[in-house]
Amino acid sequence: MTRIDEIAHGVLAGDRRSVARAITIIENNTAEAKKLIASIYPHTGKSHIIGLTGPSGSGKSTLIEKIVREYRRKGKTVGVIAVDPTSPFTGGAFLGDRIRMQELSTDPAVFIRSMATRNYSGGIAKATKDAVKVLDAAGKDIILVETVGAGQSEVEVIKVAQTIVVIHAPGLGDEIQAIKAGLMEIADIFVVNKADRENADKAVMDIQAILQLDNKEPAWKTPILKTTALTGEGVPQLIEKIEEHRCFLEKEIGRKRSLGKAETELVEAIKEKVTISIIDELKREGKFEELLKKIVEREIDPASAAEKLLHGKFKKAK
Amino acid sequence: MKSTRKIRVLIAKPGLDSHDRGAKVVARALRDAGMEVIYTGLRQTPEQIAETALQEDVDIIGLSILSGAHKALFPRIMELLEQKGLTDVMVFAGGIIPEEDVLELKKLGIKEIFGPGTPTETIIQFVLENIPERT
Repeated sequence: MTRIDEIAHGVLAGDRRSVARAITIIENNTAEAKKLIASIYPHTGKSHIIGLTGPSGSGKSTLIEKIVREYRRKGKTVGVIAVDPTSPFTGGAFLGDRIRMQELSTDPAVFIRSMATRNYSGGIAKATKDAVKVLDAAGKDIILVETVGAGQSEVEVIKVAQTIVVIHAPGLGDEIQAIKAGLMEIADIFVVNKADRENADKAVMDIQAILQLDNKEPAWKTPILKTTALTGEGVPQLIEKIEEHRCFLEKEIGRKRSLGKAETELVEAIKEKVTISIIDELKREGKFEELLKKIVEREIDPASAAEKLLHGKFKKAK
Repeated sequence: MKSTRKIRVLIAKPGLDSHDRGAKVVARALRDAGMEVIYTGLRQTPEQIAETALQEDVDIIGLSILSGAHKALFPRIMELLEQKGLTDVMVFAGGIIPEEDVLELKKLGIKEIFGPGTPTETIIQFVLENIPERT
């Protein structure tokens, strides 16, 4: 057995050390990562994957802690991936989401992993998607993915999760903030957290007003719930809604969404592979460096240079 | 495919300390040195620390303690790390630890102990020079 076989084997048996190692291998994007994913992939697709996103300070981590507890009360096993930003200047990261969840860390049915974005944009890390597969293969019933504090355009989490919970809190922004594109559009469930604060009802109404502007009659009506993560109030109702959404997906559009997700993943994998192999080839041929110099000298712009490089390539392919 | 190994560090505070200024200063310094630093906050049990190190698959653990309970807590942490098979993790410590305890703690496998006032550069340099090998 190779090391990767052993780790894959461990993952499937639910061994926590193997799960941890597997995620590291994926994060570091070693050649082994591909082999590992290939061998666990047939065992994935059983977990319900829930994405939790929303602005910094809306209480995502604290709410997740309560959600995990509620699922544990119901006898479910849970994996959590909590993403925090990497500094674009130093490459380092301070991963502090666990602070709110540490009491869960000694529960053997819970696995929490902090993950830095490593400068991937969109609110998650490039490795998040595959790390979810590891937890899925390890048999977690529920997987929660916490994005970085997200603004309006950090919506990559929809490529990873099946149910998206967007968390707001009163006092973080007004109706104008809520009307902006992005986060509003990806929500399957809205949560106004810190509902014990004044203005919580106003926040609910703001969101409601925006949702009503949408004239379409959707198959799934996005609910707006109130929670107080500190006390856990509203969390059982949230879990109920998440379950409802899961059933809805299974019945209504589960297959369509899965196909859509599969397409996105396949296209992305092709893109990465094609890009890397073409660039490698161009570098070997020496044209790449040559054009780089020309771009710096302003003799040619990057888009035209790319066209020039690729023109020859695709002709050859034909 | 490009492989980029990032160094992951757990900064943990066992026991009942009431503040974590030092731990945060070290966490921040290591972050600025390009590492991924997992911070878990105050009042952690040895079990929580060892299990976090396992789940986060860290290369290095930095323990910070001010309460004087290091002689009770550090051996337990080292024991749990060994039980979990995390023998390739490098452990260092800092805080209020009397000189006469240092040798004993080093015998447990704690690589270095830094007292108050240690420049962060010293700690960064030590960490960079003692990154454990990985197969």
